[in-house]
Amino acid sequence: MRPPVSDLPLVFDGVSALARDVTLVRGVSLQVDAGAPTVLVGPNGAGKSTLIRLAMGLVAPTSGRITWGGRAETDGQRRAMVFQRPVMLRRSVAGNIGYALHAGGIARAARRERVADLLAQAGLAHLAGRPARRLSGGEQQRLALARALARDPEVLFLDEPTASLDPAATKAVEDILRAIAQSGVKLVMATHDLGQARRLAGEIVFMLRGSVREQSGAERFFTAPATPEGAAFIRGDLVI
Amino acid sequence: MHEGSSALALVLGGDPALYAIVALSLVVSVSATLLAAVVGLPLGALLALVRFPGRTFIVVIVNAFMGLPPVVVGLAVYLLLSRSGPLGTLGLLFTPKAMVIAQALLVMPILAALTRQTIEDLWAEYRDELTAMRIGPLARVMTLLWDARFSLTTTMLAGFGRAAAEVGTVMIVGGNIDGFTRTMTTAIALETSKGDLPLALGLGLILISLIVLVNAAAWGVRRAGEIRAG
Repeated sequence: MRPPVSDLPLVFDGVSALARDVTLVRGVSLQVDAGAPTVLVGPNGAGKSTLIRLAMGLVAPTSGRITWGGRAETDGQRRAMVFQRPVMLRRSVAGNIGYALHAGGIARAARRERVADLLAQAGLAHLAGRPARRLSGGEQQRLALARALARDPEVLFLDEPTASLDPAATKAVEDILRAIAQSGVKLVMATHDLGQARRLAGEIVFMLRGSVREQSGAERFFTAPATPEGAAFIRGDLVI
Repeated sequence: MHEGSSALALVLGGDPALYAIVALSLVVSVSATLLAAVVGLPLGALLALVRFPGRTFIVVIVNAFMGLPPVVVGLAVYLLLSRSGPLGTLGLLFTPKAMVIAQALLVMPILAALTRQTIEDLWAEYRDELTAMRIGPLARVMTLLWDARFSLTTTMLAGFGRAAAEVGTVMIVGGNIDGFTRTMTTAIALETSKGDLPLALGLGLILISLIVLVNAAAWGVRRAGEIRAG
């Protein structure tokens, strides 16, 4: 069997997006390669979430071009996304994952075992039969991760996945994210939590007012940021 | 008081003619609600999910038709099915089938309008998640209808309630023929005009009891489902 054609690198070429005359991102050129997690950081309103939504096709660029593995169009089947507040379908925990597997074209016979694997990976095996909407915030986020993995993604986008969670739930999610990254899935995550960026990132993309200001290795960004705004952001100053 | 006790005696007496009226009423109303659902639910989902020229106009019309006067619907169906009407050759006028068609027309806008609102609200919640999962248009509709199933149960009950309580339409297209097209509501109207209040009251009691019973059963099913599915 031939390996599937890679969707990476993901390339933004002069991409802008406007909504009701408000510029969300402006002239972004950026390349995301396979490898360690890429973390988008920046203050609220910097355009981090919009960039992820552009990549997932949830927002259309008003100008510029986005390509995947050198192609402008792909079926997008090997990309998945986890939102800050994931929507739980009105089904059981196992039913939510089963739905994603069904949508991904997994045969019924193979689903049961895969559901069990994904639930175990997310630490939710004991909650398989519970209504998904009755889970705690942290459990819902772990279920959202398991549901996203059901698509067997090459790239997993995460938009502030722990912004609404307490530290214990955040740690549980981060542990799963590390395991996912180690399994070879490319993580692209937006966060305004610098601590989380330090813990997870291999690469940092620093955004401000809809533009990419820096893209560098995480260690380099935190020790020797290339821009004064980046340095101010790391110090915890208000960057406007 | 005398009418009340006579009514109870009639209800509990097991009069076959009375129970035939009750059975026909239930068959007609349930059939009409199901027939209306076949058109109304997909139409509501379509209006909720697809943007096309004239959509707003159709939404306004569907909403307005929730308050359609039953006698007008009855008259329209009468004209369609009467011997000189376009569908006169089908020979449906003054049959239970005509009553089902007329009630379905009355109920359909209610189901379509309430379904549209329910699906539109749910779509606002699900849009990003389903789009990110690359769910196709048809699967989206099926997912939304399934996940809205508990709200849609209430929608169906609203439709059934309208059908079961309706008198003008079935009177016109059914003709209130004894033993053939007489329903509880038309019988109540007839018996009241004749002064047979115990029978009218008895039928009224049964009608209300049935509506309460159907709603209670549906509420129980909905509650159990919600507990299971969240």
